[in-house]
Amino acid sequence: MEAAFSLSCPIPISEYPVVLLAHGGGGKLSHALIEKMMVGVFSNPALETRHDGAVFTLGDPPSVRLAFTTDSYVVHPLFFPGGDIGSLAVHGTVNDLTMCGARPLYLSVGLIIEEGLPMDTLWRVVQSMQGAARQAGVHIVTGDTKVVERGKADGLFINTAGVGVIEHSFHIAPQSVQPGDVLLINGDLGRHGMAIMAVREGLEFESTIESDSAPLNGLVQQLIDSGIEIHCLRDLTRGGLASALNEIASVARASIAVEEAYIPVREDVRAACEILGFDPLYVANEGRFVAFVAAHDAERALAAMRAHPLGAGAARIGVVEADGRAGLVTMRSRIGATRIVDMLSGEQLPRIC
Amino acid sequence: MKYLDEYRDGEAARRYAQAIARLVTRPWTIMEICGGQTHAILKFGIDELLPNSITLVHGPGCPVCVTPVDLIDKAIAIASRRNTILCSFGDMLRVPGSHKDLLSTKAQGGDVRIVYSPMDCLKIARQHPDKEVVFFAVGFETTAPANAMAVYAARQQEISNFSVLVSHVLVPPAMEAILSAPHNQVQGFLAAGHVCTVMGYAEYEPIARRYRTPIVVTGFEPLDILQGVYMCVRQLEEGRAEVENQYTRVVRREGNPQARQIVEEVFEVSPRMWRGIGEIPNSGYALRSAYANFDAERRFNLTARVAEESSECIAGLVLQGVRKPDQCPAFGTRCTPEHPLGAPMVSSEGACAAYYRYRRIGEPARI
Repeated sequence: MEAAFSLSCPIPISEYPVVLLAHGGGGKLSHALIEKMMVGVFSNPALETRHDGAVFTLGDPPSVRLAFTTDSYVVHPLFFPGGDIGSLAVHGTVNDLTMCGARPLYLSVGLIIEEGLPMDTLWRVVQSMQGAARQAGVHIVTGDTKVVERGKADGLFINTAGVGVIEHSFHIAPQSVQPGDVLLINGDLGRHGMAIMAVREGLEFESTIESDSAPLNGLVQQLIDSGIEIHCLRDLTRGGLASALNEIASVARASIAVEEAYIPVREDVRAACEILGFDPLYVANEGRFVAFVAAHDAERALAAMRAHPLGAGAARIGVVEADGRAGLVTMRSRIGATRIVDMLSGEQLPRIC
Repeated sequence: MKYLDEYRDGEAARRYAQAIARLVTRPWTIMEICGGQTHAILKFGIDELLPNSITLVHGPGCPVCVTPVDLIDKAIAIASRRNTILCSFGDMLRVPGSHKDLLSTKAQGGDVRIVYSPMDCLKIARQHPDKEVVFFAVGFETTAPANAMAVYAARQQEISNFSVLVSHVLVPPAMEAILSAPHNQVQGFLAAGHVCTVMGYAEYEPIARRYRTPIVVTGFEPLDILQGVYMCVRQLEEGRAEVENQYTRVVRREGNPQARQIVEEVFEVSPRMWRGIGEIPNSGYALRSAYANFDAERRFNLTARVAEESSECIAGLVLQGVRKPDQCPAFGTRCTPEHPLGAPMVSSEGACAAYYRYRRIGEPARI
């Protein structure tokens, strides 16, 4: 205990005496918190890869490669167009395992329930989780429930963890990214984040923006089964495409260049973003991912993605440059000029005018 | 997207830039007033398309940036009170006060809420009759009508637990301050399209004449800005100094009469402090005496305390177009969005934020 007390907190109290919402926003402050406080303390090789989950081997000699991940869900409202907290909690963990190149198998569920939550609401969420698990082909095999006093949780929080098996020889991780790799995404961006914003803020459009929440394991399995040389996969959740690319560029010491005109964003999502002053590059998705594939497989990968219902809107959005500056993400704008794409400090805040 | 994609067309942008290059015979320095325009210029790389002889400098049109520290400290004091809800536009929350910002105040238990419209505050006030609800009424002429409307409606509906902390500033006096400064380099202006949507542009005509400086009311999309630059350069080359309107699809000479009427009803012109610049006469709005009950400074008896500014921050020079953000020694090192020394680094309309976000590493700014 004494040793623990003698260590000073790595986040200087003069800068942030308390935790801010921005520390959970997926931007630079989140990263600083994870890097400075967590990674240093828990330090080990699996954590060092900075992936969506940990990948490790079992057996002596090693015979099985597994992926293991966890995520918590605190979305408000609990039900939103295109999904709910239950399906989201299953999709999120299934997708994190998938991004490790694993076939998701088993999930655990931890429910933190606020006293007073309608029983029917809980029932709908549980049914939704089971539906999502069935669709993704995973089993929820263990769990836990806790009830906290009214006011101590926002209705319902869910944690899921998952285990998956890696059945191929590719090393799918940021460290495998190479110059020349082509970046593909499986569809239009920004729908989940703007669906939630629209409900929270009471924004109405001609059509309802529905979340893109979906399990990506089927689509990725198809890519793996086609033998496509995949170097890295990353789902575009909190912080959106821009944060995902910055994370990968930073870990891989790669220079990533994307084309604004090639990044698909639906009309209604763009309109909502324009109104609120948001950039769709930073808005969360729950059924979208970026794949870094070897250039010689890019066309085949794109065709395989487009053949799957969750990849119908797939697009080639950029490349890893050989001669660019390591760790930098740049974008060619619609009018042909190049700018950097930075990682945000915290969350996007609506502008004044 | 309709009415947007047309104004972001790459081919048309290049044609406009070529037309500007054909027109220009010597160097000109043009200031875009509005921080929204600055961000569009940096985000789309509009300046990279322009000939080297055109220099764009960035103006003071960032409401968050020019709000005095003293008022941010007052907002923090209000938000730290018990039974008080401080409502603000989201943009204001990261701006550093003397010791902290509103986001940290919120994390420490202050009830700070982001609203999209000041009218939302009236709803909150009705829902919480036992609490004081204060709106941080920040902005240029653009937000003045909505802010005025909230105060007007509160009086009509007899909502007594609502008040506003006013920090309203006006564009024309700031333009005059820039033009009459001894170090001024600005030869032409792109006026802020949305300010003129409300106020019209008749009030700019005496400024153009007096200072012999062309003023072009300009929109916010790449083609708007390129066309604004084109119109401004054409006037400069022809030796004219007039007010022209590029943003005709939105702005009329008389502005929006209904909006101006509600502003006139609630506010009167007053002197204002501008953060980093100092006091400019007749450069802001204050509540008229008929609405003095809604003045939060009065209601909570907030007196000015000595506000502390970072001695290193050159925001005032940046806001007047005298220095570029990347000419500041602290830029990107001791001053970042995570640790801002001044407001332009954290506002979505701040010039420093635009440079940091879009043009930070190894790309020397040409402008």
